[in-house]
Amino acid sequence: MEGSTTYTITFNELNELTELVYKIYGLDLTGYAKASLKRRVTRLMHVKHLPLFDLRSVLINDPDFFDEFLAGITVNVTEMFRDPDFYKAFREKVLPYLASFQRIKIWNAGCSSGEELYSFAILLYEEQLYKRAFLYGTDINTRVIEQAKKGIYNLRSMKQYSENYQASGAIHSLSEYYIAKYDAACILQKLKKHTLFSVHNLVSDGVFNEFQVIVCRNVLIYFDIEQQQKIIDLFYNSLCMLGFLCLGSKESLRSDELKNRFRIIDRIENIYQKIA
Amino acid sequence: MLDLSQHIERRITDAEILLIGCSAGGFSLVFDMVTYLPGGFPLPVIVVMHRGKNYRSSVEALLQQKSQVRVKLAEDKEQIRRNTVYFAPANYHVLAEPEKMLSLDASEPEHYCRPSIDVTFKSVADVYGSHVIAVLLSGANADGAGGLCYIAGKNGLSVIQNPEVAEVRIMPQAALDRCNPDLILDNEALFELLDKIAILHNIKL
Ligand SMILES: C[S@@+](CC[C@H](N)C(=O)[O-])C[C@H]1O[C@@H](n2cnc3c(N)ncnc32)[C@H](O)[C@@H]1O
Repeated sequence: MEGSTTYTITFNELNELTELVYKIYGLDLTGYAKASLKRRVTRLMHVKHLPLFDLRSVLINDPDFFDEFLAGITVNVTEMFRDPDFYKAFREKVLPYLASFQRIKIWNAGCSSGEELYSFAILLYEEQLYKRAFLYGTDINTRVIEQAKKGIYNLRSMKQYSENYQASGAIHSLSEYYIAKYDAACILQKLKKHTLFSVHNLVSDGVFNEFQVIVCRNVLIYFDIEQQQKIIDLFYNSLCMLGFLCLGSKESLRSDELKNRFRIIDRIENIYQKIA
Repeated sequence: MLDLSQHIERRITDAEILLIGCSAGGFSLVFDMVTYLPGGFPLPVIVVMHRGKNYRSSVEALLQQKSQVRVKLAEDKEQIRRNTVYFAPANYHVLAEPEKMLSLDASEPEHYCRPSIDVTFKSVADVYGSHVIAVLLSGANADGAGGLCYIAGKNGLSVIQNPEVAEVRIMPQAALDRCNPDLILDNEALFELLDKIAILHNIKL
């Protein structure tokens, strides 16, 4: 993203673009953190060689471009067992508790291409809880949801994921959970059985079920404070009493959120339990 | 004491934030600068240094004990305050929001770096305009020069550690080759610059 001023956008222009996108596609970007969004849009302009004027006209004239735009402005990076210490804490502090639930419905919000959800499937499987469990993965992005449904990943990334898995307190080897075909790693059917992936927008869509666990990591940082609070409300309303909320390593509940609604299960890994 | 032109002094007086970028060879210098800052330091300070991906740092806690200003890891959506040093956490970019808050961002690395000095410097310049002082120290990386020159381009005050005295000269030299930083300082002068900032903002040392 060097030098060239062709691919820049000011905060004002960004607001105008946001309005345009809302008008044409009904997608509300106003709750996103401006600095990140600006970086994303600048990046997209650069990669697609589209100065602002051209970006606007492609958005206006080519509806097919919209998916690409959306994929470009969201951050989709993910890993299996990302931040292994989190999974360790979840194993130790949440799983034993879940064992007492009859049904375990998990919502993985902002699941990207599914690596995180399959990591949870593995944890449940290892604790013999998978039979009772159902995992819902949602994301705003159609493209990543399609990838998640397939559950096919690059074999090369499995090395890193294996290391993560080992660091998370593994009891097996990650290779037991996928089959390698050429340069692809395919998640086993037995882990996919109780999963459902669908498109859901955390900004504009509402409660769709009641969950024992909600996992939403590395998503909230891309929103501004008001929008973060609204999404936390959505999670609160989607959790059963004593259900668990898991946020990313840099995403903690503010003290006013905590006061009467949640208690802290793990302060460092940002795991909370709904208590009222 | 560092002798600066009136013009530069005025820009120091106008500054609202101080940025420091460093990489290989610059860590102990940065730590010394942070602990040197006088209590009540008039500006917020953001430090971006390159460190390993899963490095769980206790540096901030250590520095906090030795410092007269507040020292902490940058947190998401935290208000940017004076008298406070924010370190970029490992594996995240630090951005500035128009409301003068910090945002964390885990999108792609820049020059293989996350946190990246370029990303933070440019983002802060987009919010603070010319009211920025940015200092680039020792490092072996291509990251940093672009950000410093971007700040220079927005009339912020650009400062580099003299490549001749930098432990690893590549990073400040890259900035020198690319634009003409306002100040090229030896180590001692870097500390004097901190004094100057405090004095010009009417802090009694
Ligand atoms: C960085 S990924 C996080 C993936 C995974 N949770 C993890 O921690 O590795 C952020 C995801 O949030 C999704 N996202 C962004 N805005 C969203 C919205 N309004 N509703 C639902 N998902 C959204 C993006 O498409 C992206 O896949």
